[in-house]
Amino acid sequence: MTAPTLEVRDLQTHFFTRAGVVKAVDGVSFSVGRGKVMGLVGESGSGKSVTGFSIIGLVDPPGRIAGGSILFQGRDLAKLSEEEMRDLRGNRIAMIFQDPMMTLNPVLRIDTQMIETVKAHKKVSTEEARQRARDTLGMVGIPSPDERLKAYPHQFSGGMRQRVAIAIALLHEPQLIVADEPTTALDVTIQGQILAEVQKLCATTGTSMIWITHDLSVVAGLADDIAVMYAGRIVEKGAVSEVLDKPLHPYTHGLIGSVPSRNKRGEALRQIPGMTPSLLNLPPGCAFRARCPRASESCLAEPVMAEILPGREARCIHPHLDASEAA
Amino acid sequence: MNDAPMLELRDITRRFEKKLDFAGRIAQRLGAPVREEIVHAVDRVNLTVRKGEVVGLVGESGCGKSTLGRMVAGILPPTEGTILRDGSDIKALTGAEARQMKLRTQMIFQDPYASLNPRMRVQDIVGEAPRVHGLLDGAAFDDYVDEQMRRAGLDPGFKRRYPHQFSGGQRQRIGIARALAVKPDFIVCDEAVAALDVSIQAQILNLFMRLRKELDLTYLFISHDLGVVEHLSDRVVIMYLGRVVEEADTETVFRRPNHPYTRSLLDSVPRIENRKRAFSVVKGEIPSPLNPPPGCHFHPRCPLAMERCRVEVPKLREIAPGQRSACHLNDQ
Repeated sequence: MTAPTLEVRDLQTHFFTRAGVVKAVDGVSFSVGRGKVMGLVGESGSGKSVTGFSIIGLVDPPGRIAGGSILFQGRDLAKLSEEEMRDLRGNRIAMIFQDPMMTLNPVLRIDTQMIETVKAHKKVSTEEARQRARDTLGMVGIPSPDERLKAYPHQFSGGMRQRVAIAIALLHEPQLIVADEPTTALDVTIQGQILAEVQKLCATTGTSMIWITHDLSVVAGLADDIAVMYAGRIVEKGAVSEVLDKPLHPYTHGLIGSVPSRNKRGEALRQIPGMTPSLLNLPPGCAFRARCPRASESCLAEPVMAEILPGREARCIHPHLDASEAA
Repeated sequence: MNDAPMLELRDITRRFEKKLDFAGRIAQRLGAPVREEIVHAVDRVNLTVRKGEVVGLVGESGCGKSTLGRMVAGILPPTEGTILRDGSDIKALTGAEARQMKLRTQMIFQDPYASLNPRMRVQDIVGEAPRVHGLLDGAAFDDYVDEQMRRAGLDPGFKRRYPHQFSGGQRQRIGIARALAVKPDFIVCDEAVAALDVSIQAQILNLFMRLRKELDLTYLFISHDLGVVEHLSDRVVIMYLGRVVEEADTETVFRRPNHPYTRSLLDSVPRIENRKRAFSVVKGEIPSPLNPPPGCHFHPRCPLAMERCRVEVPKLREIAPGQRSACHLNDQ
């Protein structure tokens, strides 16, 4: 058993706003093995993106990492200086955003941007850098990369732009890629193309990946492990097939029931009542309590993350253990 | 009259033209190769919706599904073709009759925030249209608004609030209450749940199904999400670059798709039941509707394309009872 590429322990990222402290990420722990894809799932405001930003060191004030550690190849990213972090970012750890225009500069040609990225971390000639950029574009499935290098971002379609953003993330063969909803804005056929590309890359290069999404179906097909977040905390984690087939936490259970699928055609969907709570003044105890059908008096005490079944952790004192209740 | 379908579209076409500006016209006079740009957003679409049906309209960006929905809702006039509502041409109607007909089709939009006036209270958003159209008098106003809000799952106690004080799911409920306040029998939902979180999306989908039963509504449900469409619809229409490529009841489309585009679309959809598998890939991108490929629009991406597909536009015709598809392969 080799050490995982990334190990996040009790991460706390808080935003110190005038209205109070928003605990966007409050005690998140997980690890990602080499070449594995970890799906980080949650609804808006669950803290999944802030977790991603914390790992890559892009949390802006008033937010900051208030506690915990992010161990990447034995080094704690939470304690690195900005200089040391910059050395890692884009080099050993890369990020792919939902909107590729967040990565790309609209007034610079693709080759300028890619060569700059290569030379930022490697002492190579411009010609070698261009060669590397060309090869990477080819790798992510962009046809005739030589000509495309000379184009500007606006000359690409949405799907192609996202491929360029992925190519830039891959330039230095990072050990870890944090992908924040990279296919959410794309059409299904284009999303299928990108997902196929990503699968191939992880399998061939051994890159680990954190795939942040709200879409359970994408995670089902792509990831090895899954962590479900709710109100800044991970409520359940485990292997994808286990969690999706036999969810333990009532929230995961409700989330899966909410997804329209072919087995439930025409029936009323199992909906979760209410809405996600504001993180500003979270009530004590389990954050899901108010929406949970299984909640009881004992849920007023904060539940802890515990191994409920072998290899399966959940933060709940009334987990779904009965097989007949499975989703 | 009663046998007439609720809605019938005959050869509906919508073109968007970009006229040349002054400089462009001069350049054209001088022989420069500038032309007016024409987008065929919707190209000779025929569609029938019967009373009580939920028809799902599916396609990727730029396929014309929203344009079609807007024409059905009467927001956008078609360039060519006729729209029949209960058997009568809506263009031929005038005065009170035309107004009446317009009210009977309402639309629910994707972005619940952009479609609500931020400076109006919920009671006015919901109550304005019925008051203007004389559906209720002043005394009944409060009770009427309360009833509409309650039906859409909103607490009438919030009726003096503004849209920004509501969450995304609640705003969508306001949009639904507003649409239903004028007592329509036909609703066009344009990506009505696309912007919502999964758990909220389920609540809204359940609301749509409940309202359909309660009020005997007919829906044209426009979405890019095949899972949602499969869940809700009785019949599914697939569009690609302005044309309908396949149409059949939901069961048939998802079990026995005929058109190669439908098949590749279904293969691309990630499903929660499918674990750790190789994603299948449709090659190529969606062509620009400014310059669509000749013949069958799908031929550059189609794995089964033949010579004929490059030149001849395939006709949408019945290949099995209740299933229509536009593909030359069906002729063989």
